Amino acid sequence: MDSQEGTADMPEISGADTAWVLTSAALVLLMTPALAFFYGGMVRAKSVLNMMMMSFGALGLITLLWVLYGYSMAFGDDLGGGLVGDPTEFAGLEGLMSPESVVGTIPTMAFVAFQAVFAIITVALISGAIADRARFGAWLVFAGVWATIVYFPVAHWVFAFDGVTGETGGWIANQLKAIDFAGGTAVHINAGAAGLALALVLGKRIGFGKELMRPHNLPFVMLGAGLLWFGWFGFNAGSALAANNTAAVAWMNTLIATAAACLAWVLTEKFRDVHATSLGAASGVVAGLVANTPACSSVSPLGAIAVGAIAGVLCALAIGLKYKFGYDDSLDVVGVHLVGGLVGTLLIGFLASDAAPAGVNGLFYGGGLDQLGRQAVAAFAVLAYSFVLTYLIGLAIAKTIGFRVDKDVEVQGVDLNEHAETAYELGPVPGSGFRPLAGAGVGSAGGAGSAASERVEA
Amino acid sequence: MRLITAVVKPFKLDDVKTALEAFGVHGMTVSEASGYGRQRGHTEVYRGAEYTVDLVPKVRIEVLVEDADADDVMDVVAKAARTGRIGDGKVWSIPVDTVVRVRTGERGADAL
Repeated sequence: MDSQEGTADMPEISGADTAWVLTSAALVLLMTPALAFFYGGMVRAKSVLNMMMMSFGALGLITLLWVLYGYSMAFGDDLGGGLVGDPTEFAGLEGLMSPESVVGTIPTMAFVAFQAVFAIITVALISGAIADRARFGAWLVFAGVWATIVYFPVAHWVFAFDGVTGETGGWIANQLKAIDFAGGTAVHINAGAAGLALALVLGKRIGFGKELMRPHNLPFVMLGAGLLWFGWFGFNAGSALAANNTAAVAWMNTLIATAAACLAWVLTEKFRDVHATSLGAASGVVAGLVANTPACSSVSPLGAIAVGAIAGVLCALAIGLKYKFGYDDSLDVVGVHLVGGLVGTLLIGFLASDAAPAGVNGLFYGGGLDQLGRQAVAAFAVLAYSFVLTYLIGLAIAKTIGFRVDKDVEVQGVDLNEHAETAYELGPVPGSGFRPLAGAGVGSAGGAGSAASERVEA
Repeated sequence: MRLITAVVKPFKLDDVKTALEAFGVHGMTVSEASGYGRQRGHTEVYRGAEYTVDLVPKVRIEVLVEDADADDVMDVVAKAARTGRIGDGKVWSIPVDTVVRVRTGERGADAL
């Protein structure tokens, strides 16, 4: 660095890089409400609010955990073996506010912000596996425990590079040297494996595979997919942590692979089911985004077409597995995120080109099997860790406080019973009278009602 | 008096309404309905999973008429709702004891 002598003790912050990373963080934050629409449109009208609330719950809870100890667990100095960061090092983020605190060319707080929104969406992704049947309180308990013992450590494995935030970082980033640019392993394989485990713990929805469970609002799904795509430019290009060439390549690959996957998915449907569907197009978009996430810094534009096309076809085929094996991964977290994440992470081993910013050659570019081996170890380590830990967390919650709603609640609709709301006023017949609660809580009819009316009259 | 009930294709509602107005029927009740006859349903595919949707959307039209008009009204409705393809629906009539107009209390034919 050629900084001026007078400012040698002050780290150099790039305004451009900081602006881009803060913008990217906001884009990634938008992905969680976008996911709420993507998932919400896919469930039946009676549980859309619960579906969306699982994402909003993650927005609230994970942010706080991130401040308290999450950032430290992911990016604190390694406690040994590259497994987890020191949870106390940056606890409360108190020491990170000074102008001297930087990560690369941006203020540390910008990096903390960018990584915070990754943690939120990863947790929210899992909720698609347990649509229509989870207790909201149990979901929040799960979200907190899962972030703590699965996401924060795995983010440390993958995203904590030696000497960036702590002296030593995680084992996948530094010892294994697998390429995972923006989180194919830490985010998508992680959430996908967790989704599979939770779907197994909670069991099938009543009527799964027999009853009509069609998406209640496909325009919501399309809207969600579009907003996810938009936010994902922050997710991938922002992961360069700078406004530079790597960001530009990642951005372009995020456009290319996604377009290819969207087309590939609907073509697969055209051949298999006769019609190209809107749900297929939206799903293809997300599958392409997922697969491209680890690969966007290491493949060429043509490589990105291959990544997207292969992900589109394989994910479109993989979503049928749940009927074959009989697990109710309701909104295909496994078929899209686990399979898409594996496809992207492993394809780097074949398609990486040293002309791309990561500068590594895969098998097809004369790099041999070396990188493919690293990718496979990273992918399956995260898969196994997440699946086993999630299964145990889910089981513990199910056996203690209970994870699933009662049968009659599930049939009637989880929105009404878990949130005392329904999403839509359907039909012209007026519901019933209005009784202001006036902050009295849902008490007895006489108590709450009369207290409220007295206050109004007084 | 008779109650004429017709279950027809939703997009035919306007035609039926216009035809009934032209005939001189000035009121009707319309509700959304679903069901199937010989037409059965259709299939929909979501992420590769095929669902048979048995119940097809229809509209149910109800009209109260005097006994003498009943056959003509049924013909008017059937003609207006006909496309000639399967799934056009049904029209039937049943006897009605009496009718009260809520606003005035008039009874019988005066209330129609």
